[in-house]
Amino acid sequence: MSDRDWILNKVKTALAPLPKRTDYPEWADTLAVTTNEPPHADRVELFQKRMEMVHGKVFDGFAAVNAYLKAEGLSHGYMDPAIQAGNEQHLQGLELEATFDRSRIDEYQFGITRATAGIAETGSMVLNDRDTSSRLGALAPWVHIAVLSKKDIYADVPTAIAALDYDPSIIIVTGPSKTADIEGILIEGVHGPGVQICCLVE
Amino acid sequence: MKQAIDNFARDLDPDVLFSVHSSSKVKTEKRYGILKSDYEDSDLLRRTAGQIKQHTLEHLDEYLVKAEQALIRNGAKVHWAKDGDTANQIILDIMRAKGAKRMVKSKSMVSEETELVPFLEKHGMEAVETDLGEFIVQIDNDHPSHIVTPIVHKNRQQVARSFEREGLGDYNDDPQVITQRARKFLRKKYLEGDVGLTGGNFVVAESGKIALVTNEGNARFSMAAPKLHIALVGIEKLIPNDRDLALFLALLGRSATSQQLTIYTQFISGPRGPEQPDGPEEMHVVFLDNRRTEVLASDCREILRCIRCGACLNVCPVYRQSSGHAYRSVYPGPVGAVLSPLLKGNAFPELADLPKASSLCGACNEVCPVDIPIPDLLLRLRNKGKKEGAKKASAQTPGFTMWSIMATQPAAWKAALKMGHIMNLTPHALLNVAPAAKAWQSARTLPKFQGNSFRKWMKQRKKQS
Repeated sequence: MSDRDWILNKVKTALAPLPKRTDYPEWADTLAVTTNEPPHADRVELFQKRMEMVHGKVFDGFAAVNAYLKAEGLSHGYMDPAIQAGNEQHLQGLELEATFDRSRIDEYQFGITRATAGIAETGSMVLNDRDTSSRLGALAPWVHIAVLSKKDIYADVPTAIAALDYDPSIIIVTGPSKTADIEGILIEGVHGPGVQICCLVE
Repeated sequence: MKQAIDNFARDLDPDVLFSVHSSSKVKTEKRYGILKSDYEDSDLLRRTAGQIKQHTLEHLDEYLVKAEQALIRNGAKVHWAKDGDTANQIILDIMRAKGAKRMVKSKSMVSEETELVPFLEKHGMEAVETDLGEFIVQIDNDHPSHIVTPIVHKNRQQVARSFEREGLGDYNDDPQVITQRARKFLRKKYLEGDVGLTGGNFVVAESGKIALVTNEGNARFSMAAPKLHIALVGIEKLIPNDRDLALFLALLGRSATSQQLTIYTQFISGPRGPEQPDGPEEMHVVFLDNRRTEVLASDCREILRCIRCGACLNVCPVYRQSSGHAYRSVYPGPVGAVLSPLLKGNAFPELADLPKASSLCGACNEVCPVDIPIPDLLLRLRNKGKKEGAKKASAQTPGFTMWSIMATQPAAWKAALKMGHIMNLTPHALLNVAPAAKAWQSARTLPKFQGNSFRKWMKQRKKQS
């Protein structure tokens, strides 16, 4: 007998004596949604507030992102060529590569890729694989900038999950990479970005 | 005979006791705070999630087949392993078939259970833990002492000495510096790695999504650099639908680390698409039993609902005093006191003392995000230990033989009650002749014998009415 059949048989045998099986409960989607924000709050505003609460940064448009990068002394990075097109005037002074070369992983000061959606309730961004031009480009540099369309911000997690369609890898990002493994002290930037930015566009 | 866990707690390094105790307290308070501020009735979430899990477990044969079909549909290869050795062998065979030599590993309790890393190393493979805490456990040749925070038993000075010893830089105990050194060292490992191994926090039967949560981003990196992904998951990790994820993720993040959502919440459904330059070309899922079906057949099947958040450890007065290593098994704390002896199978007596390491205060049940009645399960296991005559199950328990003879013979009982007042005149030292009675009294004061008053009161009451 294969291990598969052996396991499934053991499961069946284990469950056979149960006089009654537990039903799947009825529950409303709103059950898992936080009740601590007024429901009429503006979705973009709420997203920004929540993302800042988890130590993310939100900028309105590429010009604001460019100003931040310059102020931080960052000029060299990776950028998804598809979002570069048409925004060149706001990206002046930046040295942008259109492919992410894994043999020079530490040379990229930042990575700019597209976000599929945002979640106002938690200040999260949803990165679908098909919208992410390079998984490493969105992950390895110290600063990650995800470009998000304001109209793609969902109210809450259940709505965002209900809207998921097939994609081999979907990542919900809620702030910069962090650890508290050593004495419970919060340190940001473990394996992923130490600075997580959202660039809002219309 | 003292309980093993008492001895461990007695000999515990005061630094370890301090760090375990204080961090547990903080984590418990923060968890409570976020649930209270975010929900009007967070209890309803726990009860609903508990019922969904119980439902899934009681239909596990159907859901496992559904999940298998969905995973295959998504392009993953599905393997089944009845025990840890089989799972390890399957993983080794996948690596050999692909000519893979180097593994980067995400945090996975189930791989601790199968002892995957030592197995792979024995067969000439490199396997590197990438979660910062697990990496430190690995270089120290230690074991994790907590499900979520594996090195809660170490302080920064110890970690700094380990890093110095491993050639990761001069002694520096600043956690920021330690983390940056690990970041630098481990990115090299990701890029050289042939295979990324992860666990799975949830597997959705309907869609075949494997949900994985990390705060550090190590699971993400393990699936961005290597070309092969293997997920090792216990068969109890299933949930029915995508919709359930919203509820379980809300509970897991808040219960484990007081976050609304863990920072990186990933849904993996297969190898990368053709337009994506980075990530695995092949995905394998290994479903592991390792006696979970035996637990499912037992009267403690509720423990399989566990989503490994660690909240029951943090709140437990016994864990806080003794730390995770006192439980001598992969799963510590209240959940471990139930699960670990059960996963031992015939060797249950070796851990039969763990279900006794509890005052049955019930806090573990109150904080459990899937409402597992842990105190009830502990009692069932105490009963099992007694029935099977497990020696460790009766450590520090006074014999009840005399009591049961008296209690089953009314005449003897009444006679003894009349004699009871002698107890108040007897020095307690004399009562401690039996070792069990002595052990019992070492931490308890014998109350004054009150005598026959309840019976008298009843009789008078009857007369009056």
